[in-house]
Formats: sequence, structure tokens, C-alpha cells
Amino acid sequence: MAELFWLIPLIPGASALLLVLFGAKLSRRWVAWQACSAVFLSFLLSAVAFVHLVRLPPGAPGLTKTLLAWISSGPFASSIAFAFDHLTAVMALVVTGVGLLIHVYSTAYMAEDRSYARYFAHLNLFTFFMLVLVMASDLVLMFVGWEGVGLCSYLLIGFWFERPAAAKAGMKAFVVNRVGDAAFIIGILFLLDNLGGSSFAAINEAAASGLLSSGLVTLVAILLFIGATGKSAQIPLYVWLPDAMEGPTPVSALIHAATMVTAGVYMVCRLSGLYAASIPASTVVAWIGAATALFAATLALVQNDIKKVLAYSTISQIGYMFIGCGVGAYAAGMFHLVTHAFFKSLLFLAAGSVIHALAGEQDMRRMGGLRKHLPVTFPVFLVGALAISGIPFLSGFFSKDAILTGAFAGGQYALWGAGLLGTVLTAFYMFRLVYMMFYGKERTAMEPGHSIHESPRAMTIPLVILAAFSVLAGYIGLPVFFGEKADLFGRYLASSVKSGSPHIAVSTEGLLVLLATVSALLGIALAFVFYRRTPALPSRLASRFPGIYRLLVGKYYIDEVYDAVVVRPLVRGAEKVYERFDLKVIDGALNKSAAAAGLAGKGLNFLQSGLVRDYALAFLIGAITFLGFLLL
Amino acid sequence: MIPPAAFFILAAVLFVLGVLAFFVKKDLLTQFMAVEVMLNAGNLAFLALAKSLGKAEGQVIVLFVITVAAAEAVIGLAIIVLIFRQRKTVQTDELKDLKG
Repeated sequence: MAELFWLIPLIPGASALLLVLFGAKLSRRWVAWQACSAVFLSFLLSAVAFVHLVRLPPGAPGLTKTLLAWISSGPFASSIAFAFDHLTAVMALVVTGVGLLIHVYSTAYMAEDRSYARYFAHLNLFTFFMLVLVMASDLVLMFVGWEGVGLCSYLLIGFWFERPAAAKAGMKAFVVNRVGDAAFIIGILFLLDNLGGSSFAAINEAAASGLLSSGLVTLVAILLFIGATGKSAQIPLYVWLPDAMEGPTPVSALIHAATMVTAGVYMVCRLSGLYAASIPASTVVAWIGAATALFAATLALVQNDIKKVLAYSTISQIGYMFIGCGVGAYAAGMFHLVTHAFFKSLLFLAAGSVIHALAGEQDMRRMGGLRKHLPVTFPVFLVGALAISGIPFLSGFFSKDAILTGAFAGGQYALWGAGLLGTVLTAFYMFRLVYMMFYGKERTAMEPGHSIHESPRAMTIPLVILAAFSVLAGYIGLPVFFGEKADLFGRYLASSVKSGSPHIAVSTEGLLVLLATVSALLGIALAFVFYRRTPALPSRLASRFPGIYRLLVGKYYIDEVYDAVVVRPLVRGAEKVYERFDLKVIDGALNKSAAAAGLAGKGLNFLQSGLVRDYALAFLIGAITFLGFLLL
Repeated sequence: MIPPAAFFILAAVLFVLGVLAFFVKKDLLTQFMAVEVMLNAGNLAFLALAKSLGKAEGQVIVLFVITVAAAEAVIGLAIIVLIFRQRKTVQTDELKDLKG
């Protein structure tokens, strides 16, 4: 069975193809069943392959399968080949597992939508490309998946393309990602030029063995990381993700929280040999991650759209993953990726459930008191919020702690401090959400006759499952004071990624954990004071420090700056080119050549007299001339 | 025995007569007949060559040409009749709708 692992991406791919071709003719029931079972089959196969992998003796290579030769050009050859090693298994299980739950959730969430089949076709297509991305055995094929998920992201952000905001957000996501992808391609080209190939094993080995010069390693690592900042929404290319919330909420959960946006982290871990070989590049990764983690967290403090808060929170949490990668704790970064996939998709889906219950309301100022109305959504949201805040014994606590410990152990105290401060902010904005949504007075503006109702079971069951994982997923990677062997996850990944930082004393680690816990509790306590005990405090604070408040609400005016510095000059330049080149040169050449043809026609017009004898004469003269040539 | 050159001269004379008739005459029917004359001038040249070279191919070609000419005459005459029905004339100078 495990040899069939190469079918993992192909099953959702085939399903997507069927849905694209025949979706309009199929019944909704059939569409839902087909889309879900395709992902379910992929999940089963991933699980089988995973079990196979775990049973292999240590040091044995993972599964590989070459499907067909793809490019063969001079010294460069690339084939479509899939690989399934320990790192891939983690991603494949997350993508298909969380993906399956979100597919199931979507069957109910999208039940009223006109374009049901199109939605599931795109969702299946996304699963296909994401699995290609994680299972590719070289960088070129990974790039195919990388672009494919970008395409699906665009399609699904703009799913309700009748809404101008959604169409615009999709375009923004696509264009911003192009910027990163340009750097990504240049990085790949540098590697192809210097290595002749792009298989991950070859790259990691070449970087470690010194085959590539250290300058080149740094250059390539940074170029690829710029690509990652686009896909994973890090500074400076994060601006598309908040807007991407225009898409349906399950899409936000799957693509813009759990899977696609973490592709950058996966890429860095996949090339951990490359990044570990370059200290400057790793430093850049870590500091960009830390800056993003703090920056996005401050923005999440003042957003009123619940999905926007979660979007900034996602950006911030991915920043944490990059801190882990940057300080050499790749396994910790992956660990946070996994736990984040669970609790963040849980939070998004629960938020979707709230939005569903309130008939589309997303502004938390018009919520409140929902705790009584949503007996399932409320506890699971609370679990997700506790997990992401880093409350002890929930998954987020362990994974965030692994990253912070990695930073501390690596001597990066500033990064550790930034992470700790981020923890306070995270807990604060999450519990601001909780208090605003579920506690206090009911501020809903529902029209009479529409009562707030809990979501159907197809939505609540995935929520409960995700909540269970959000609680339990942390126990696969326990910190060191549970014993040397407690970090199952780190030991499991040891064969795939560079293993981490030097160990630190158990007592030090205990202190770190204590500090992290205290800062999380501090954040929650602050949120309690601000939004539960004295709800007037936030507005008083806002009027006390109007500058800071306006800066945050204005999102540091980054969008405006980009607009002024990049977008508008580009648009104006494009307009100039349109006027000067398009209209004058291209259209001009076309019109002139058409006019020339017309003129030539007019000039030759007299030849066509319509008289048979004229034609015959021309014919005769021609024949005589020809004969003359022949004879003389 | 008539020398082959005589046949060629006759064929050439016939051909030139056909060409002249085609240009001098202005009604379709006569012009059509001129074309037939040219065609048969060609036939005659073929036959003369076949005889003087002692080969059969020339005669075969003539047979083909006669067959094709018969078919062509049928179609050509039919077209002329149809044109006459439409326009009540077969003067080529009046049939110049294709003037550019």
C-alpha cells in the first residue's frame, strides 16, 4: 500500500478535474461526497505511508517515486518525482487531515451558495497543488506546486467575484506573491546554474559540504526566503493576507491559516541544510520572523473584523515559526506549524460558525453575549484561544515554548524577548476577541424573526475534532524536563531537518516556561480588565494616546506607503506606456500597415477591369514571355 | 508522305487563328469556339509528334484531351446559356461585373 503514496496528490487532482468538467451537471450531494472522499482517500494513503515510514529502520531513506521525465535540456534534467520522507509525512498529514475536516465543514457552510461545484473543484485543486508542493523531490517541481497553490488562493479569495472587494483582494494576493516569486525563481536559477540540478538532497549536501561558496549560499537562501515572505505573508510582503479574508471562511482556515501560508516555513525546513550553512541568511530569517510576529500582533489589537484579527494573528504566528527556523530549531518551527494548523483552523472555523449564526456579521462590536446561543462554538473557540495564547498543557504552549527555548539556547536573547512580548500581545488580542464575541451585552443587530442558532453538525463535528487536536497535539513534542526522550517530534524529524540548538539546563528551561506562562496569563488578565471589567478603558486609552491609536488603526499606513511608492508609480508608468507605446507604436503600426494595404489595393485597382479580353491579353503576354525565356 | 513539318505549321496557323478570333470577337459563343480551335491545334501538334517519333503517348493524350474537351464544352455551353437567360446578352464587354 505504501508504494502507492504517489497517488496522494493525484486523487484530489483527478477529483478536481472531474468537478471542473462536469461539476455543473452533478448534484450537490454528489459533489460534496466526491470532494470529501477524494481528500479522505489521500489522508488514508498518507497515514499508511506514514506508518510505513515510522516502521523503517533509522537512517533508511524515505519513499521515492519517479513518475516521468519532465525537462531534459543540455546538462539540466528534471523529472516529476515525488518523495515521502519524515518531513513530508508531517505536512501531508496536516494538509489532508485538516483539509478533510475543512471540506466536511464546507459542505454545510457553503450549502446555500450558487457555485457549490466550483468551490469544491477549487478546494480539491488546492489540495492537489499543496500535496505536489510538499511531496516534490526537487525545487523545480516544488515551485510548480508553489505557484499552483497561489493560483488556487487567488481563485478562492475571489470566489465571490461579484463583490469588487473580493476580486480586488484576489488580485492583490496574486500580484504581491509575484514579487516574492520573482526572487524565488532567481534563487532557483542560481542553484540550477551552479549545481545543474535542484533536488533537495543535492542542495542541502552541496551547501553543507562547501561545494557552493558561502556567498552564493547566503544569496540563494535569502532569495528563496523573499519568496517565502510572499507566500507566508511576512514583512515586507504580508499586505495581501488581511485582504484575503474576503474569501469564504473555510478557505481562510485551510489556505490562509493552516496550509498554504506555512509553505514558506516548510520550504525553509526542507532546505535546512542550506539555511544552516549560512549564518547571515538565518539571522535574516529569524529577525524578519520576530519583527513580523510583533508587528502583526500589534495590528491585531485594534482590528474589529474578527477574521482580520485572526489574519494578523496568523501572520504573527508564522513569524514565530520563522524565528524557530532562523535560530536553527527547525523541528520547533515545524512543530509550531502543526499545532498552529490545528488551533488556527479551529479558530477560523469557529469564527465562521459565529458568522454563519449571525447571518454574515463579522464586526465584533455587533456581537457579544453569544456564549449562551452557541453552546458548541463557544467552548471550542475558547480552547483555540487558550491554545494559541500558550496556556500550559495545550498544544500552542508546547510549540511556542520549543521555539522560545531554541532562541534562548542559541544565545539570541533579543529574539527570545521579542517572542515573549509577542506572547502577551497574542493572549491579549485573542481574549479581546473572546470577551467581545461571547461575553457582555448582546449588541447584535439582527432583524426580527432571525434567531441566533448553533451551526449544523457537519460544521460542529470538525470543530470538536480540531479542538481535541488543539489540546492534544502538543504532547508529541514535550520539553526537556519531561525527560531526554520526551521530544518525540524532534527525534522523529531528526533525519529530515537539521537538528537544533544546544541543550540548556533543565532549571533554565523551567524558568523560561514559567516566564512564558506568566506572560500569557498577563495578556489574558489585561484583556479581562480592558474588555470585561471596565469596557470604557479602551476608548479612554485611545483618546489619551490618539497618535498611537490612529497609527494602529491605520495599520501603520503600510498599505498607503506601498500604494504611493509602488502601486501608483507602476500604474502611472503603465498608463504612460499605454499612451506612448501601445497607442502610438503598436496600434499605430497596425493601422499604418492596414492603410498601406488599402493604398496598394487602390493603386492596383485599374488592373481588374472586369473585361475577359484584358485578362486573356495578360495571359497571352505572360505565356509568350515565358515561352521566350524557354526558347532563348 | 506529307512531312511532319507541314502538320506543325498547320497547327501553329490554327492556333494563331484561334487566338486572333478570341481577341477580335466580342460574343462569348464565338470566343468559346476560338478556344476550341486552339485546343484542337494543340491536338494536331501532339498527333504529328506521336507519328514522327513513333510513340503512342501522344495519341493517348489526344484521346484524353478530346474527352475532357467534350465535358468542358458541355459545361461551357451551359454557362453561356445561363448567362444569356439572366442578362439577355452574351457580349463580353457588357459582362464586367468583376471590375474592381
